[in-house]
Amino acid sequence: MTGGLLLQAVVSGLLLGGVYGLVASGLSLIFGVLRIINFAHGAVMMLAMYTTYWLFALAGVDPYLSVILTAPLFFALGVVIQKVVIEPNRSAAEHNQLLLTLGLALFFENLALVLWQGDFRTVRVAYSNASFMIGEALVEVPRLVASGGAVLMAVGLFAFLRLTDVGKALRALAEEPEGAALVGINVARIRAAAFGLGSACVAVAGALITPFFYVAPDVAESFNIMAFVVVVLGGMGNFMGALAGGFIVGLAESLGAAFLPGSLKQLVVFMIFVLVLLFRPQGLFGGSRDR
Amino acid sequence: MSLLELRAVEVAYGDLPALRGVSVAIEAGETLSVVGANGAGKTTMLRAISGLMRPRAGQILLDGERLDTLPSHAIVGRGVVQVPEGRKIFPSLTVLENLELGSYVAAAKARRRDGLEQVFTLFPRLKERERQAAGTMSGGEQQMLAIGRALMARPRLLMLDEPSLGLAPIIVTEIFRIIGEINRSGTTVLLVEQNTRQALALSRRGYVLENGRVVLEGTGAELLGNEHVKRAYLGM
Repeated sequence: MTGGLLLQAVVSGLLLGGVYGLVASGLSLIFGVLRIINFAHGAVMMLAMYTTYWLFALAGVDPYLSVILTAPLFFALGVVIQKVVIEPNRSAAEHNQLLLTLGLALFFENLALVLWQGDFRTVRVAYSNASFMIGEALVEVPRLVASGGAVLMAVGLFAFLRLTDVGKALRALAEEPEGAALVGINVARIRAAAFGLGSACVAVAGALITPFFYVAPDVAESFNIMAFVVVVLGGMGNFMGALAGGFIVGLAESLGAAFLPGSLKQLVVFMIFVLVLLFRPQGLFGGSRDR
Repeated sequence: MSLLELRAVEVAYGDLPALRGVSVAIEAGETLSVVGANGAGKTTMLRAISGLMRPRAGQILLDGERLDTLPSHAIVGRGVVQVPEGRKIFPSLTVLENLELGSYVAAAKARRRDGLEQVFTLFPRLKERERQAAGTMSGGEQQMLAIGRALMARPRLLMLDEPSLGLAPIIVTEIFRIIGEINRSGTTVLLVEQNTRQALALSRRGYVLENGRVVLEGTGAELLGNEHVKRAYLGM
């Protein structure tokens, strides 16, 4: 075990962590406000990656620039999913709502398979292989941009939740739905905004990783699972905890990859996950119900 | 015309009736009490007025216009605002954020600054705790916040559900004093209470609710002197 390897693992982990953090922030926002676990989160990310890919392949739009389009587009998709699919079933049992999002995920993945086949596609841009060294560690520029951009977006989301009336309404609805209705918040509209914002977050994360990540119908499944781990780690519905959790999982994964045999690289992540569930089920930073 | 009128309102939880044809009229400017035992239907009545539950039959009218077809946020927008049982404040949000959300509807938002000043004059304690998470305050302070939050919406009709519940007697007296003050400044008050004596003493008129029906109505003084009320609710 050399210092260089350790440094490299830490750098890689941090670069991965921001993206996990943003994916999980979106998932956590949806869970916090709607109290449903969105299994379609990864599928939405996959659709955003394809959107980025096609914008690049057909119109030559730079993947980073395409965020300006994908963010509002997927906000709208999230709003539509909530209004058309989830909202009408709000009074249904929780497991039915769960199946609903799982069904959506299957639908989106198979839709992608039908439309674009299972081939791995990649976006090759001039900066895809750009990199520099910090000491002995290699920093790939696209990964740095993705992580940095993701953190920026997550911080923007937190600021939105803190500073605007709609943001405060989202937090209020997550904590006390009836209280929210009684102060005059249009709760159905805010629920749609939550799904929209959560989807926009994961879409931006998807767009940001396309310069170095392949695109395929099942590409986002691993991100989805990691996002669940991150959300539990950060505290269910704790938006702020999700970003910190993202970095912990990113580090755990890359350290695991560096020091364990390849097939065991995710062992560290899931060990942490199980330990948190056993000893701190409310998450490292507390869930939205016990803050 | 009454400010708010319930006409033969029936509300049920599944098959279980909670209100069985309740008719109540609230006149502009008055303080009206609805008293009764636990489970008499008092909270259900307020939930129906606020649009949290839909009547199975009957009508709820504000200035003669149907209220029972509107969603909750639109009812708040018309100035019918509730301080719910259990307060339902937002615990991790600051006191100031709770109050700001009280003026979420457009008309109230335009006058947020005035509203805050008014609430802080009424409850200086809230001003001191402005930046504190609401859930970390004492029960009495949380009740004050819940009332302050409702006032931020500029209510024409302020409905309070058991504001004295779980509070020390000295705080209860303080809360009732403030409710009187709110009414004198021009807001109509609908007070739902198990604390029959203090509620009726404060009110111009009152209704007694039993098993989802209005069994008595009269002025506060009349009801306080009524034999049935004395026996059943005042322990005399």
